[in-house]
Amino acid sequence: MAGVAAPDAQKTDSAGDLDAFREEARAFLSANFPPELRGKNNILSSVEEAGEESPAEKAWRVAVGEKGWGTPTWPSEYGGGGLTRKQARALEEEMAKVGAWNPIGGMGVMMLGPTLLEFASEEQKHEHIPPICKGEVRWCQGYSEPNAGSDLANLQTMAEDKGDHYLVNGQKTWTSGGQWADKCFCLVRTSRADKHKGISFLLIDMHAPGVEVKPIKMISGMSPFCETFFTDVQVPKENLVGEEGQGWTIGKKLLQHERTNLSGGGALAALNAQPLHKVAERYIGLDENGKLADAELRVKIADFEMRWSAFLLTARRAMEESKAAGGVSDISSILKKAGTRLGQERAELMIEIMGFRGLGGEGEGFEEKELSGTRAWLFGKATTIYGGSTEIQNNIIAKRILGMLDHQ
Amino acid sequence: MAILNEEQEMLRDMAREWTKNEHPVGAWRKVRDAGEPFDAAAWGAMGEMGWAGIVIPEEHGGTDFGWLSLGLVIEELGKSLAASPLIASALAASAIVLGGSEEQKAEYLPRLATGELIGTLAFDEGPRHTGLTVSTSVHDGRLTGTKAFVHEASRADLFVVLARDGVYLVEKGKGIALSKRVMADLRDHAEVDFNDVRAQKLPGGGGELAQKILDRARVLTAAEMLGMCQAVFDTTLDYLKQRVQFNQVLSSFQALQHRMADLYTELEMTRSAVEGGLQAIDSGFAVTEAAALAKARANAALNLISREGVQLHGGIGMTDEYDVGFYLKRARVLEAAWGSSSHLRDLYATLKAY
Repeated sequence: MAGVAAPDAQKTDSAGDLDAFREEARAFLSANFPPELRGKNNILSSVEEAGEESPAEKAWRVAVGEKGWGTPTWPSEYGGGGLTRKQARALEEEMAKVGAWNPIGGMGVMMLGPTLLEFASEEQKHEHIPPICKGEVRWCQGYSEPNAGSDLANLQTMAEDKGDHYLVNGQKTWTSGGQWADKCFCLVRTSRADKHKGISFLLIDMHAPGVEVKPIKMISGMSPFCETFFTDVQVPKENLVGEEGQGWTIGKKLLQHERTNLSGGGALAALNAQPLHKVAERYIGLDENGKLADAELRVKIADFEMRWSAFLLTARRAMEESKAAGGVSDISSILKKAGTRLGQERAELMIEIMGFRGLGGEGEGFEEKELSGTRAWLFGKATTIYGGSTEIQNNIIAKRILGMLDHQ
Repeated sequence: MAILNEEQEMLRDMAREWTKNEHPVGAWRKVRDAGEPFDAAAWGAMGEMGWAGIVIPEEHGGTDFGWLSLGLVIEELGKSLAASPLIASALAASAIVLGGSEEQKAEYLPRLATGELIGTLAFDEGPRHTGLTVSTSVHDGRLTGTKAFVHEASRADLFVVLARDGVYLVEKGKGIALSKRVMADLRDHAEVDFNDVRAQKLPGGGGELAQKILDRARVLTAAEMLGMCQAVFDTTLDYLKQRVQFNQVLSSFQALQHRMADLYTELEMTRSAVEGGLQAIDSGFAVTEAAALAKARANAALNLISREGVQLHGGIGMTDEYDVGFYLKRARVLEAAWGSSSHLRDLYATLKAY
C-alpha cells in the first residue's frame, strides 16, 4: 500500500478493493496484536486512571500509531490512516474478530483532532495532529471555570498580549484527566470588551512553568477531574488556533464533538451490562410462577427496560436520519438528555435491587463488580451535569428545535 | 421518522394532504353533531384511495404495501381525530389474511380491501383488557357470548370473534344484539351479544393466531395515538408562541420551554417505539414484544401530552370550541384499548421470563 495516495474518506471502494484491504488488516493484526491484550481497555481513553503502559501495550500502540489506524479516516498527511469509511468499518470488524482494540484515544482523538482539522493552520496541523495519531500526547480540556459552568462564555482566564507570547493567568476547573495531561486546549479571554468575541482558543503546555494541577476528590472517591491554575504562564503566539476572538465559535464546534461522544452518556455503561432483570433474578429470585419475587420492583424494571428499548431505537433512528439527511437530525438533540437520565435511573434501580450489596464502599464482603457499581452510580451523577447540563440541553431543544424565543 | 421508500413517502404525503385539506378536526365535529358513527363519504374516499387494502395481498384486491405504510396513514388520521372504521376493518382483514381458508380469503378480502365491507374485532368481554382468556363458546358451528366495548360495531358487517377454542368469523344478522356504549370520546362503541349465531372458524395461523391479531391491534392503535401526540404537541407549541401574557409570548418562559422539551423527548421516543412495532410486523421478528413496547410507550406519552396540552392551553383548553379537549377524551379510551400500561408492563416482564 505504501506510495499509494491517501484515499478520501468519502470515496467509495469496490468490493475487490475492500477484500484486499481486509487481507492487509488481517496480516497487520496477526503480526502486531499481542494476544495477551485481548479485551483489555484502552488506557488513553480512561478517565478513572492512567495506568502505566506495559511493554506489550506500548508495542501495540506504536504499531497502530505508525500505521495511523487509530484515527483511521483522518488524512494520512497528518499521520491519520487515510482510509475510507468502508475500510475503517472493515478494520473495526477485523479487530473485533481477534479481540483487538484501538489503543489510540482520549480527548485528542475525540475532540481536539477534528477541531484542528477544521480550524488550525497547516503548521499547527503538522505539529499537533501526528502525536495525537500516535497516542504520544495526552490532551485535556480547559473550558469550565469556577464562575463559568453552564454560562461558559463568562470565563475570565486572561491571555495578555506580550508581543511574541501570551501571558496567561486564571483558573480552570473540572479538567478531566488534568493530572496526567501533557497539553491543554483552552478557552481564554483576549479581550474584556465583548463577552463572546473576547474569547480565543489557545493550546497550552501543561508542563510549562506556572501551571499547577490539583485533583478534586469526588463523591465516588475517585479524582477524575482537577482544578488547574495558570500563574504568569508564557504561551507562544503560534499556539493560538484560528484568530483572536474566534474561540467561542471554535469552542462550540468542539463541544458538538464532545456531545456526539457523550450521547450515550451514562447509559453507555448499561449497553454492555447485564439486563436489569437478570441482576434482579440473581439478587431477588423468582417465585413459584416464575415472576420476580418483588412485584413492585418487577413493574419498575419492566417500565425501565421498555423506556430503555425506546431510547436505543431512538439512537438508531437518529443515526439513520442523520445519515439520510447528510446532517445532524433534530432528534439527536434529545439523546444526551434522555440517555444520561436513563443511565442514572438504572444505577438507582440497581441499588434497590441489590440492597446493601449495591452500596459497597470497599473491602471484604463485596464482589469487585458490586464495588465498581457503587462508584459508577456516584460518578454517573456527573453525566447530567457535564457536557452541557440537562437544563442547558432543554434550552437548546426549546430554542433550536422547537423555535421558542429567548427568555427575557 | 423512519427512513421511507418512495411508495411510503407518497402514501404518507397523500394521507397528510387529505386529512389537512379534506378531513381536519372540523370534520369530526360535524360527525359528532350529526350523531353519526363516522363520515360515510370520507370512508368512501379512503376506500377509493386504497387505504382499506394496504395490508391485504394483491391477489385479493389489496396493495400489500405493509404495516409501516398503513401506520403512516393511521398516524395522519389520528392527527385530525378522523372517525373511521379503518383500523377495525384492517385488523379484521389481517385476521383473515393470517388465519383464513382460501375460500374465506376469496369471500371477504376483496370487499374489505375496497371498504365495501366493514369488519371489526370482538375480543374483550369486560371493561379492561385482561388477555386472551374468554368465555364465548362455539358448539356445532353456533357461537354464543357477549363482547364488551366493540369498536366501530354499529356499521360492522363482519365480526372477528375470539372464542375459547379459536377465532371465528360472524356476519351481521339475526341473533346479534347491539347496545350502544357512548364513552367520553363519543365514538362508535357497543356491547355486542351473540346468541347462537352461525360462525366460521379461521382454520389457519396455529395457536398463535389470536395473539398475532392482538399484536397488530396494539401497534395500529399506537399509531393512531402517535398521531394524536404529535397533533396535541404541535397545537400546544403554536399556542404558546401566540399567547401573550405579561407583555411577552408564553413561549419565552423557561418553565414552559423545559416542559415542552420534555414532551418533545417523550414524543420522539414514542415515535421510535411505534415505528419499531410497525417494522417488527413487516419483518416478523419479535412482534409481540415490539407491539407491547409500542402500545406501552404510546399509552404513557399520550396520557402525559394530553394532560399537559390542556394545562398549557389554560382555561380555553377546557372549552368545547378548542380541539385539545377532544384529544384528551379520545386518549383515555385508546389507552384502555388492548392493554393498559400496567397490563403491558406485566406482559413485557412475562415475555422476558421474569
